[in-house]
Amino acid sequence: MPAVTQTREAVEKLGQSTYKWGFETDIEMDMAPKGLNEDIIRLISSRKEEPEWMLEWRLAAYKTWQAMTEPKWAKVAYPPIDYQDAHYYAAPRKKPGPKSLDEVDPELLRTYEKLGIPLHEQALLAGVEVPEGERMPVAVDAVFDSVSVATTFRKTLEEAGVIFCPISEAVKEHPDLVRKYLGTVVPAGDNFFSALNSAVFTDGSFVYVPKGVRCPMELSTYFRINAKNTGQFERTLIVVEEGASVSYLEGCTAPMRDENQLHAAVVELVAMDDASIKYSTVQNWYPGDENGRGGIYNFVTKRGACRGARSKISWTQVETGSAITWKYPSCILQGEGSVGEFYSVAVTNNHQQADTGTKMIHLGRNTRSTIIAKTISAGRSDSTYRGLVRVQPKASGARNFTQCDSLLIGDQCGAHTVPYIESRNMNARIEHEATTSKISEDQLFYCRQRGLSEEDAVGLIVNGFCRDVLKELPMEFAVEAQKLLQISLEGSVG
Amino acid sequence: MNALSKDMSGPLALFANRLNTLAGPERQAAAGALARTGLPDRKSEAWHYTALRALGKQDYAAPPAQVDDGAVRTLLDGVLCAHPAMAGLPRVVFVNGRHAPAFSALPDDVDLAFFAQAPRFGLQAAPDRDPLVALNTALAEDGLYVRVPAGVDGGHVMLVSLGVAGAEPVSFHPRHTVVVEKEAHLRLICVQAGQGAYFHNPVTDIVVEDGATLEHVTVQTEAAQAISLGTLYAHVGHQSVYDSFVLGLGGQLARHEVHARLGATRGVVHVNGAQRLAGQQVGDITSVITHVASDCTSRQTVRNVLDGHARGVFQGKVLVERIAQKTDGYQMNQALLLSPDAEIDAKPELEIYADDVRCSHGATVGALDDDQLFYLRSRGIPEHEARQILIDAFLDEAIALVTDATAQTFCRAVLAARFAGKGDVA
Amino acid sequence: MSQFLEISGLCARIDADGQEKQILRGVDLSIPPGEVHVIMGPNGSGKSTLSYVLAGREDYEVTAGTATFHGQDLLAMEPEERAAAGLFLAFQSPIELPGVNNANFLRTAVNAVRRARGQDELDAVAFLKMAREAAKALSMAPDMLKRNVNVGFSGGEKKRNEVLQMTLLQPTFAILDETDSGLDVDALRIVAEGVNRLRAPTFSALVITHHQKLLDYLVPDRIHVMARGRIILSGGPELARQIDQEGYTKFLAEVA
Ligand SMILES: Nc1ncnc2c1ncn2[C@@H]1O[C@H](COP(=O)(O)OP(=O)(O)O)[C@@H](O)[C@H]1O
Ligand SMILES: [Mg+2]
Repeated sequence: MPAVTQTREAVEKLGQSTYKWGFETDIEMDMAPKGLNEDIIRLISSRKEEPEWMLEWRLAAYKTWQAMTEPKWAKVAYPPIDYQDAHYYAAPRKKPGPKSLDEVDPELLRTYEKLGIPLHEQALLAGVEVPEGERMPVAVDAVFDSVSVATTFRKTLEEAGVIFCPISEAVKEHPDLVRKYLGTVVPAGDNFFSALNSAVFTDGSFVYVPKGVRCPMELSTYFRINAKNTGQFERTLIVVEEGASVSYLEGCTAPMRDENQLHAAVVELVAMDDASIKYSTVQNWYPGDENGRGGIYNFVTKRGACRGARSKISWTQVETGSAITWKYPSCILQGEGSVGEFYSVAVTNNHQQADTGTKMIHLGRNTRSTIIAKTISAGRSDSTYRGLVRVQPKASGARNFTQCDSLLIGDQCGAHTVPYIESRNMNARIEHEATTSKISEDQLFYCRQRGLSEEDAVGLIVNGFCRDVLKELPMEFAVEAQKLLQISLEGSVG
Repeated sequence: MNALSKDMSGPLALFANRLNTLAGPERQAAAGALARTGLPDRKSEAWHYTALRALGKQDYAAPPAQVDDGAVRTLLDGVLCAHPAMAGLPRVVFVNGRHAPAFSALPDDVDLAFFAQAPRFGLQAAPDRDPLVALNTALAEDGLYVRVPAGVDGGHVMLVSLGVAGAEPVSFHPRHTVVVEKEAHLRLICVQAGQGAYFHNPVTDIVVEDGATLEHVTVQTEAAQAISLGTLYAHVGHQSVYDSFVLGLGGQLARHEVHARLGATRGVVHVNGAQRLAGQQVGDITSVITHVASDCTSRQTVRNVLDGHARGVFQGKVLVERIAQKTDGYQMNQALLLSPDAEIDAKPELEIYADDVRCSHGATVGALDDDQLFYLRSRGIPEHEARQILIDAFLDEAIALVTDATAQTFCRAVLAARFAGKGDVA
Repeated sequence: MSQFLEISGLCARIDADGQEKQILRGVDLSIPPGEVHVIMGPNGSGKSTLSYVLAGREDYEVTAGTATFHGQDLLAMEPEERAAAGLFLAFQSPIELPGVNNANFLRTAVNAVRRARGQDELDAVAFLKMAREAAKALSMAPDMLKRNVNVGFSGGEKKRNEVLQMTLLQPTFAILDETDSGLDVDALRIVAEGVNRLRAPTFSALVITHHQKLLDYLVPDRIHVMARGRIILSGGPELARQIDQEGYTKFLAEVA
């Protein structure tokens, strides 16, 4: 979360609350009136100077959406959402000024310098495995409310042939690529929220890595909902051609507000033969206050298509934010020998509700998937792992391993595990394990005997509990994520 | 009551004639609930994996008053001969859902009565939440009531349900009640068998009072064309044990649904099972184990062997309410697919609101283990025999969980008789 | 100088499966600064329970008696406050912390205790240097710092890890609960040297052991015999040798 680190440094003074990203940035905004109708969609499309086909696509999605109803099967409860009571377009009138996000990378390095810790020592203490060799720099795309405000390192990337730009720009500058792939992994009508997103999405990132290219740096998008009463509907499309690879990081924050704000993103990934995509998220949208007031409704559709043989898509997520999370990053394992991974930590506290998990759809032969999900519930929150592993008749030799562990902190919360396991191939092998328990009294006592406060002991044990997931994160994310876990659980013990 | 018939669409229409002429408040309320909900389809989460299309398009009639005694005798002999000990056990035989005294050998130490004389619907069944229970409530004619008085060891009781149908499909909806009073003990063996096309829809209401033990084994060998959809409710008291096992072998569509409720401290529930299916069979083992008291234990091991085009379904939910601290819950579902067209759908589910618990579940799906197969063959065992050994061993580990030795041997005998030499199928 | 650890009439019980079980039945013990005392006694006599009660484990309910440490009421303190005050317990069965990196755990603990004692926290570089040296002195493989706390450690490695923690936390009072059991002779000597390095006029230790061997290295000041939740006999170092040769039975019979 380099962008988050950077931004936080810049505005640290504001953070006297436990949600340290709750600042509101004072920028002049260009806003569409509240409400959702064809005119608003036309307005969005014209503000973005989109080609006609894009508008048609949006309008078709809007029609589909109107005929759909909100899904009710998830284990989350919230008052009805008035879809007419939000702004569907909001953009800063000018760039955020001198603290341009271009400085992110030097700033990050300085942060480490300030700590005075050689990087490998830092990694050891954090329990993070770093591969030997040079660390990659990070290119950042920052999305403020509805539009992308800054994309760094574009030149370096262009030289390598990598396209990394706001999707609104890609629609204009790379229309053939966008048209070829947009909506092919998550069709507009896939579900209620994807239809809504397809109609009104305003920005997001587009990544294209051509054949044989190993993206020379981590790509990172930093999403921030800033303006009041806006929904954020970003759309991300990542296409990685044969033999190419990319690692993409996503960080999210929002200011503290009393009312709920809607976030309904769609992320589509496409991996061709031997391609690999690593998609890491640290989701820290405002979770609401300790009485459950405010917070983001996070209804997200993320799906990756392993179209090529031996392609690989790996999702890693650390979900600590949002009042409600509804999110199932999935893999369609079509290419022979393709690999899907899902590593997840979901932490809920106070009145948060999370229903999250994954779908691994095995279509091709010898496809493999791994699911490691760690759920931590505290306060009065409810957290559900919901996952589907499906092996279709042609997927001979498919393998899945799933491990879901839940930890309850306090006796007013809930933790639930709902796996769906479906196999139609006798040569497939599926293994699923799940456990639910509380933090062991023995472990707590041991740490406290060594002088740790109860809260620190819980933080340490929780980080250990999540280690199998955290170690999948790129290093700067992992260090941030560990701190985030601790902050998220503040006030949950004692 | 004809007003209801308008709403009897879908599969429910197959019972419309009978549902429109009901007497008594329970039956009418149940029929009303059914008219509102209809029979479940796959949109209902509890029926996500099992469709009731198999009920077909022909109306289900009430069973005829006269049944061919010869056919009943043959079926009963089939059950009793499976294992020599069975013939000597007390038994209550139902034919097409009605008590058949001529074939029964009633037990002495327990208190018996019949639903036909004194209808009892029990307190646990929820017709408004479960349409199949509503259907049973509306159409139940007979059923067994068995009560083991406090402190008494009731020994074994066999409850044999036989379906005997001709060309026209019939349905029967027996309503059974089992009460094991304080500190009492009962070993209940339920056997389901039959011939022809029938729909067996039993509901069983079980209460295991404080300190009591019920060992309950169900051996389901329904006729090939039969549909068997049973629902069972068990309330488990303080320090009492409900130890159940189902062996699912028969029927074209069979579902064994158990709702066990650990209502007082230190209760123990086992909901184990095994199914072995082939052809076009669909077998569904569904359970909801609810912990509403502290220090209780629940255990579940279910094993499935699926051949041909068969489809096995396992749904197991363990619900731990906030008050149920120190719950110990464990669940394991395993499936062996023997054919390229077989399918397993499993949904083990934990819903947990208490923090001081130790709950876990596991699931595995796969084919026979190549290493094990190789090991056996390297010792000189021919492949088909090696496969048979491994399949038997896989199911036997579940059957070994049956604590009542007689019932355990009976399960093995029934399985062996049905599948002798059929390991070499793939 | 006032006694440094003073235990008097200490009674404690545990609620095991709904049944109250009295374990400590009036323990009296005082340890002056700079001394090493030993508790011996048959299995189940309450030695580990005493160490847990002193360290503040919540499962045990203190029903009577007092324990003061530097004149402070030990029993009123939280476990981490006791640690910060200088009390260290080497567990008879060290706890495993899956996923928790040993180096990180040690640094967090050391800095928590330093903070509480008003000392500066150690930065990562300084800490790792110190930890590596301490580990080396205990002949621990360097990769033990990278592994998860006690997970997959052999019995001997776990005990050494306890001594490593003790070395880094610099306690003024250490309880060693059968730290010698399961160690080979070389390891035993290394562990004893670890304790001896801490010896100072301000450092005391309570060593729970069954074997004379460890005491050959540690040279204790007093030996106490515990039975059925009480100290039934105390004496000089020769008492340990006697027990080592003759067993507990004779002593138990004498006081019975
Ligand atoms: N957590 C516990 N639950 C039940 N009994 C316990 C527990 N802890 C200790 N005890 C019992 O207390 C007695 C003393 O145990 P302990 O202090 O471990 O003895 P020692 O260390 O002297 O061998 C034993 O009988 C032991 O079984
Ligand atoms: Mg001990």
